Amino acid sequence: MRTIAVLLMLLWASVSNAVEPSERLADPALEARARAVSQSLRCLVCQNESIDESNADLARDLRRLLRERIAAGDSDEAARQFMVTRYGNFVLLRPPVMASTWVLWFGAPIALLVVIAGLWIARRRPAAPPPPLTAQEQARLSALLDKSE
Amino acid sequence: MRRWLAVLPVGAFILLAGYFGYALRPDHDPHELPSALLNRDMPAFALPGLTAANLKGQVVLVNIFASWCAPCRVEHPLLMRLAKEEKAPLYGIAYKDKDADNARFLAELGNPFIGIGYDRDGRVGIDFGVYGVPETYLIDRDGRIRQRWVGPLTPARVTREVLPLLRQLQAK
Repeated sequence: MRTIAVLLMLLWASVSNAVEPSERLADPALEARARAVSQSLRCLVCQNESIDESNADLARDLRRLLRERIAAGDSDEAARQFMVTRYGNFVLLRPPVMASTWVLWFGAPIALLVVIAGLWIARRRPAAPPPPLTAQEQARLSALLDKSE
Repeated sequence: MRRWLAVLPVGAFILLAGYFGYALRPDHDPHELPSALLNRDMPAFALPGLTAANLKGQVVLVNIFASWCAPCRVEHPLLMRLAKEEKAPLYGIAYKDKDADNARFLAELGNPFIGIGYDRDGRVGIDFGVYGVPETYLIDRDGRIRQRWVGPLTPARVTREVLPLLRQLQAK
């Protein structure tokens, strides 16, 4: 029983977030949208947490502001854009695909393709057969073989 | 062909080491973000004590500070010097601060600001893209943000970055 209780508590801990009950929107559909958007926005103070997870003061202010925008009728994209105009693309946890992020998005897959192509080419081209032995080498080889017998 | 391949790992290593060396240079803080509003109009704010219209037509430094912010305390003597000795046009925005606390802070350490706006709920701070007080913005005559410094200004930063850019904009 205690084990179960502890496991449940651990499970609860893993899904916890920083949203306080007083921040939530009354309309569950709007609240769900706000949660989804806030999970995609970076907390500028902690920089590796979303504003949904962060306890930072600024994150709480941004969550409130986001909910206000959504309650006022902003689409998810407009609400996200509202943050981007203030904090730049860095505020998006999923960076947009653009010239300056091509290396980020495509660098690793391209490196993988290059390696696969390299391995494939190396396998397809068998190593050239060694040149035949010269008469001198043949004579030495025969001598060695004779000796060992 | 084979020889060229042998140089490849060494070349890749030098390239990476060079990049890491560059990224780890001592006077660079990767947590510091460039302002998203760089070279754009400052937010059209209207705070008790200070509005965007007050700043139009002059080159100004806007310092976002708070009495509860320890680095602001560290930075403050430098702001006092900037105002007194360099006659820098310094304005302040009190970020999420209680008016009484703010007044006590300035009474204790001196007031370098020509004018102060009281951003009690921090909304104007968010419009500016503030994420860590103190922050200092340099705004030109047309009301565009030309530079932003996050964290306390240091004497080195002031002489190397703030004053040259300020003088350059003022001379225009």
